[in-house]
Formats: sequence, structure tokens, C-alpha cells
Amino acid sequence: MNIAKPNSYRSGPDERGHFGIFGGRFVAETLMPLILDLEKAYTDAKADPAFQTEMNGYLKHYVGRPSPLYFAERLTEHLGGAKIYLKREELNHTGSHKVNNVLGQIMLARRMGKKRIIAETGAGQHGVATATLCARFGLECVVYMGAVDVERQQPNVIRMEMLGAKVIPVQSGTRTLKDAMNEALRDWVTNVHNTFYCIGTVAGPHPYPTLVRDFQSIIGNETKVQMQEVEGRLPDSLVACIGGGSNAMGLFHPFLDDPSVEIFGVEAAGHGLTQLHAASIAGGRPGVLHGNRTYLLMDADGQIQDAHSISAGLDYPGIGPEHSWLHETGRVTYLSATDDEALAAFQLLSRLEGIIPALEPAHAIAKVMELAPKRPRDHLMVVNLSGRGDKDVPQVGEILRGKTK
Amino acid sequence: MTTRIDTRFAELKKQGRSAFVTFLMAGDPDPATSLEIVKALPKAGADVIEIGMPFTDPMADGPSIQAAGLRALKAGMTLKKTLELVHGFRKDDNATPIVLMGYYNPIYIYGVDKFLADAKTAGVDGLIIVDLPPEEDDELCLPAMKAGLNFIRLATPTTDDKRLPAVLANTSGFVYYVSITGITGAGAADSTAVSEAVARIKRHTKLPVCVGFGIRTPETARSIASHANGAVVGTALVDALRSSLDAEGRATGKTINAVAELTASLAEGVRGARAAAE
Repeated sequence: MNIAKPNSYRSGPDERGHFGIFGGRFVAETLMPLILDLEKAYTDAKADPAFQTEMNGYLKHYVGRPSPLYFAERLTEHLGGAKIYLKREELNHTGSHKVNNVLGQIMLARRMGKKRIIAETGAGQHGVATATLCARFGLECVVYMGAVDVERQQPNVIRMEMLGAKVIPVQSGTRTLKDAMNEALRDWVTNVHNTFYCIGTVAGPHPYPTLVRDFQSIIGNETKVQMQEVEGRLPDSLVACIGGGSNAMGLFHPFLDDPSVEIFGVEAAGHGLTQLHAASIAGGRPGVLHGNRTYLLMDADGQIQDAHSISAGLDYPGIGPEHSWLHETGRVTYLSATDDEALAAFQLLSRLEGIIPALEPAHAIAKVMELAPKRPRDHLMVVNLSGRGDKDVPQVGEILRGKTK
Repeated sequence: MTTRIDTRFAELKKQGRSAFVTFLMAGDPDPATSLEIVKALPKAGADVIEIGMPFTDPMADGPSIQAAGLRALKAGMTLKKTLELVHGFRKDDNATPIVLMGYYNPIYIYGVDKFLADAKTAGVDGLIIVDLPPEEDDELCLPAMKAGLNFIRLATPTTDDKRLPAVLANTSGFVYYVSITGITGAGAADSTAVSEAVARIKRHTKLPVCVGFGIRTPETARSIASHANGAVVGTALVDALRSSLDAEGRATGKTINAVAELTASLAEGVRGARAAAE
């Protein structure tokens, strides 16, 4: 790739929030003092053993960690190559990896004395996790969700409302995740005095990409220990889906300085990379949006383009800045899976393993179906099963019925 | 180096009055009408003209200005055409300062050095870029100063005394005080709070301070202008423009006058204010 190899892939970002040229703090002045406060609160919390102890307690007893590392025997047999392990993040309370990060941020919000929590959500998994922890800690919760996503992820909308959150359908722009994030930022600018913005992915202004990554790194840290226990060594490859990229970064980061581990991120190729898609690295270039410089889908004039994915959680025209840097350094290989490939993987995993995945990690499974057969039987491949598919059952059911008609 | 902005504020100071600053979106509702509207503004009483650079994701703007940007983009507006609009305006007016306001991505994609050179040639005097705080000064602010353009910074109610020096350090032309925490077009500016804030900023800088966000009527404009060196009105003008459009969002015979008439009445409000104490 086009930039020099660093001594370590795990030392970023610099003090201004940059991973190479990516990242930064591209926000309105109104928000700048809040972002600096958050950075300070996070630095303090990291140095406070009581913070980690309290968080570990909730991770164990409330979230249900550690999540299992499960040998997918029938999927392995079916594909006839690498030995496939699933990191079962879908078994966490609330049904996805999102809760790891939300717990951390809500505990920071409490430290900072903020009583009102806002969040953006795509598939609704981050929204549900946020609504859940706000209920648990008695905080007001407002979730912005694109009106298109409100339609296609109804089960999660209902869950959020049952948990006491207010879900605001966003009608601006493409009415998906990008617009939900714009609207959340507008809320934050308006309610700076009492509001904490709980960002759901490794994107946004510094320090969000870093703190979300740190809270999600428990996925990779556990995987390392668990693989050591069952196989006595490191895995040979990791695979995870990427919208903003938080489940992927959480799995990847602890392994970045283990050169024997191949790492694959899977973006959403929608209808295909020459048509409407959501693969920022495959089809985009560096630009500035939502507080950071990163790969974005845009036109020649720098206007942000509409993304498309069957999966609401991947339907975003950008990606976390650290992923952009890992792409340019060549440490992580970014692939993409189409809507149809993800649907096929969704069905395959359901039938072979009795696990209905969310449409998001179905994209990762789709690439495992390509990668695993080409690798030897002693190759250990870990795929992050970042969420469960209950929320997608109505949507996928309708699509499959439509196809058989 | 003196820009048209410096010259204009020096003249206004001599006349003992505050500036009326207008904001409209470039290319709204279409490039040709937009040029005619901008040309009509000085005669209607605008002392400084801010022109929005349309962007798909304007995260600090309310619904009116978001919609204006989308109308402009739909009509084919680009950053290059925005610079052509300024060039067109400069054919008849070499005195009224022009400030481009918007978000960084279109400029970053255009290329910072090329943009600054082309903006200077077109007759742009200053830039307000919402998502470039002082922490990102290397990106555009410092190159803009070197290119001879003013980089006008937003100060907000959350910019406390500790932070103000950093915000003001590389600011030139004027300081734009955002009178509310919030997006454009929301809330109403409170004149007592504004007067205290302006006084606080003036303890840190000799630059003129203009106040915007939440000013919609000649009365508010008058009251705000009496506490500051200028009052900025955007959303109210954009709304007047929108009300003049046909059902498909196209310009009508009333469009240019609708904006000019509101500009004239707001300008009268500002001119009725006593000059801000220096």
C-alpha cells in the first residue's frame, strides 16, 4: 500500500486523534469544549481502577460475558477447509456486541453527571443497547433512527420504546443511518448542557473512535485467551463485517501486532460495487464527515452519496478512521459482500448451525464461505458473530417469500 | 493586508453604525436566480454578504437551510459554480465583502490550494467553515490566511474565557458570535445575554463582533445590532425565498423581490440601532 509500515499498529491515535491522515476533530465550535471534556473524563476513568472493576462487574453479570468462542463444526465440514470458530457476540444481553461500548459510555456519562443520553442507530442494535442501559441506570434516552430503518427494523423500534426510550424517525436526506447521525449531532449542539452523545461505532470526532474501540476490544482480548485454551495458539485469520466498523475493530485490535494473523473486514456491497452499495473502502476515497477524515462515498464535488445495503446496520457511506488507516497500511484486507451473498449466508448458518445471524454478520459469513475452502484444515478462522437475526426475521422472511413466488 | 471586510467595518465605524450581514445559499433555487438575488442585496441594505456553499450533510443547520442546500444541489450547484457566482457578482460590485460559509468536505475534495487561489481570483474575502475548529487550523485556516483570505471563526456560548484565546488566535475579518447553542433557525437570541457575551469577547479582541442565529425580525435585528458590530440574518431570508417558489420549488417572478424586500426591512432595523460601543 502507499504508506510506510509503523512499528506498532496499536499505538494510535496521536494526541490530536489522528491515525495517519485519518481521524481528527472536525466539529462545530459549540461541540468542541464537550469533546475535550469527554477526552479528559475518559483519560481519568482509564486511570481509575474502580471504573474498570465496576465495568467488569456489569460485563459479567448484566451483559453475560465472556461470550463463547464456538467451534462451528457443521459449517466447517460443509466448507471443507479452515476450522471455523464463531465469536458469539449475539449471545450478549440485547443481542449484539453494541452493549460492550454502550456500557462503557454510559458509565462515562454518569461520571460526567450527564442525565440525558442521545444516540443514532441504523439496525437498531445500538439503539436497543443504549435504551437498555439508560433504563438500567435511570437516564433519559432519545434515539435518532432513519425513517427507512424504522420501517425495516420494527422489532427493534418496539423494543426501544418498551425500554422507555423515545425513538425519533429522521426524515431528512436518505432517511438512514447517516441522517440519523446528522440529527443526533444537531440535538447535541442544541442540548450541550445536559446531554451525552453515545456514538455507536468507531467513528465521529476524537476521542470517540478510540474509546469505542477500547470498549469493544474485549471481543478480541477474550478471543485470544479462549483460542489459547482450546487450540493452544493464535488464530490464523479473523473475519468481521463493517459498517462503521466497531465489532471488527473490537476483534481486530488486540491482534494487529501479531503478524501471523490474517485479518479481513467485510463491507456491504449492496446490489454490487458498480451499483448502489455501502462499501466506502472499495468504492470511496478520503473525505471529511461526521467529525473525522475517513474513506467516504461521495461524488466529484465532495457531496456525500447515498449508501445502500440490505442491512440497516451497514447502510452508511463511511467507515471508522482507524479502518481507513489499516487499509492504507495494508494490515487489514477489506473485502465486500453483496445483499444476495449475505442472504445466502444468513440461510446457510441458520440451517447448518441452528444460529440465525443478523444480516450484518451474515456479510462476514458470506466471505468465510469464500475464504475457508481455500485454506488448510488446520487453519483457525474466527468470525465475529456480532448480532443475532431476530430483528431481521420479518424482513428476510418477506424477501425469501417474494423470491419463491 | 486589508480585505474588503476590514475596509467595510472601518467605514461603518466612521458612520457610527453596525453592519447588516445577510446569508443565502448559493444556487438556491437555481444558479441564475441566485446570482440576481445576490446582486440585489447591497442595494437593499446588506453591508456584508455571506453565501452558503451547499452540502448534503449540513450538521449545524436547521431544516430551512438544509432544504435550501438540497434545492441548490438539485439545480446542479457545485463549489466551482459558487465561485463563478461570486465572480459574476464582482463584475458590478467591487466593494461589498463576500464571505463563503459551509462545510469542509467540498473544499477538501476541490483541493485546498486550488480552492484558495480560485476563491481569491473570484473575489471572495473570507471563509466561515463550520466544522473546522482551531484544533484543525492546519487544514484550511492557516493556508487561507497565507492566501490573503480572512478566516472568520464562530464563537459560541460554550466557548468560555479559557478557550476564547485559542478560538480568536487565527481569526481575522470579524468574529461571528453564535447567539444560541443550537442549529440555524432555532430559538431566539436573548439581547441581554448577547450583550454580555459580546462584551466578554471584546475583552479578548479588537476585531468586530457580529451576532447570528435566532435573528428573524427587524426588531430583534435592531436590538442585537445595538450590542454588536453586526447582525446576521440567514434562515428568515431563506424562508422568504422559499415562500416565493412555485409548487415544484422553482423561482417565480416574485422571488428576487421577496428576498430584497425582507432585506430592506431588516437593514432598516439594523440602521435604527445605535452603534455598538467600542
